[in-house]
Amino acid sequence: MPLTREQVARIADLARIEILPAEAETLQGELNRIFTLIERMRAVDASAFVPMAHALDVSQPLREDAPAEPDRRAEFLALAPETEAGLYLVPRVIE
Amino acid sequence: MTQWETVIGLETHAQLNTRSKIFSAAATAFGAEPNSQACAVDIALPGVLPVLNRGAVERAIRFGLAVGGNIASRSVFARKNYFYPDLPKGYQISQYEAPVISGGSLAVAVGEREITVRLTRAHLEEDAGKSLHEDFHGKSGIDLNRAGTPLLEIVTEPDLRSAQEAVAYAKALHALVRWIDICDGNMQEGSFRCDANVSVRPAGSAALGTRCEIKNLNSFRFMERAIEFEARRQIEVLEDGGRIVQETRLYDAQKDETRPMRSKEEAHDYRYFPDPDLLPLAISEEWIERVRGEMPELPGAMRERFTRQYSAAPAEAAALTATRETARYFEAAVGAVGDPAAARVCANWIAGELAARLNRENLDIGAAPVSPEQLAGLVRRIADGTISGKIAKEVFDALWNGEAADADACIEAKGLRQISDSGAIGRFVDEVIAADPESVAEFRAGRQKALNALVGRVMKVSGGKANPQQVAELLRARLAG
Repeated sequence: MPLTREQVARIADLARIEILPAEAETLQGELNRIFTLIERMRAVDASAFVPMAHALDVSQPLREDAPAEPDRRAEFLALAPETEAGLYLVPRVIE
Repeated sequence: MTQWETVIGLETHAQLNTRSKIFSAAATAFGAEPNSQACAVDIALPGVLPVLNRGAVERAIRFGLAVGGNIASRSVFARKNYFYPDLPKGYQISQYEAPVISGGSLAVAVGEREITVRLTRAHLEEDAGKSLHEDFHGKSGIDLNRAGTPLLEIVTEPDLRSAQEAVAYAKALHALVRWIDICDGNMQEGSFRCDANVSVRPAGSAALGTRCEIKNLNSFRFMERAIEFEARRQIEVLEDGGRIVQETRLYDAQKDETRPMRSKEEAHDYRYFPDPDLLPLAISEEWIERVRGEMPELPGAMRERFTRQYSAAPAEAAALTATRETARYFEAAVGAVGDPAAARVCANWIAGELAARLNRENLDIGAAPVSPEQLAGLVRRIADGTISGKIAKEVFDALWNGEAADADACIEAKGLRQISDSGAIGRFVDEVIAADPESVAEFRAGRQKALNALVGRVMKVSGGKANPQQVAELLRARLAG
């Protein structure tokens, strides 16, 4: 099922990626080629396999529950465009 | 007129009480200076990688065991994508298709009834930071200390049928997560937050109506009011021939109403996919069994045991198992009295005088100035008739205020020993009979209430120390003549 131009625009909007009309056309073609590949793979009978969640067939190593991070707030705040009272300032968000 | 039925499902976010975050080694303590507990992982600097906290997983296992859910031998972390400034990565690490816990249930007392609420799932995820909306020159301030705090999101089936049932479930869940020590349950600090999915349908209908999700229910009282408002609102819309739009609504406690929260529905297109930064979580049978061995006796089992072992009434057993600390206090007191028959007296004191004093002074039972051993000493003296129930309150006050080390010392120091000597009591009785001919006449005319008045006067004359049963007996004997 090929993606429409509207769906491409919506995906771009959800990902906060600005695309020009010409790019949208290119992306539509590229995405549809990927979907075609997915369709071809779906045709293969894989019912005997458990889907993997990760390319590596190993499980997650765990960390002991112990705080071990120094306070580096000053360094991190210095990276931000605007800060005040120890807070990062961002354009107003209202809900 | 159509009869309507309200259908509710709850989603609860319980902050797990680990010392460090779910995917980083930053501390989780509440109330630190803004952004002082937000490390490179929490603020999503490029190149950082999450590493899962064993303590968070272990708490999920405890929960799974407590509700009889299935603990997945393999579960998967997924990215939930949305943009909000308090979510620095642009996605929340959560679990989607393969949660750590699925199924299970919780038995909940609603008044005299008991309902079973089925759980859909419980999954691990990270908390977001906090947006502070007070005006910073037209901007919002972001504190990322909370970002990465471990959460267990606990989701019910739509099994609840009223605001009262929803609140009863939320309270039972709140008690359980504290009981098994996975969450501190502090609702003011946001450690335990509920969202309610509410819909209505004609009574008897099997199909579910369109639901609305109410967010921001940070107290049990608000939850009840918000659900009641929302159900009424939906019924009015439907009775006016309208239809319900699926949306997220926010409860405004000041106005006591819910209103739409997000206008853009596309915000709900989260495009979940397995997080490539995290490998599947494996939980072995051995791990589960080890945690099972460390689990405390659960409130349900303990309620049943109290009913059996101490002949506690259901309401009494429920009060004594409201928190693990209360149950511990009760068992310590009964143990110190050394007589299981005194259990009911201990229970009455704990659920009565002690609970009232703790409540008045806003103390937890763990901080009670009267220890279980001190209460036991008091109960022993009530049981052997040394002091009356009334005098016992005076002794309790003295213990509470630290005026005496134990009940016996207090009784001796204040001369509170009950007078059981019939000669002494007889003198008090004669005195009162002579002084109150009216009550005597009323009693003789058949009014039982007059006896209570006379007993009261004798007690007063004796300074509260006469044995009230003996007083009543002697009065009856004297007045019968």
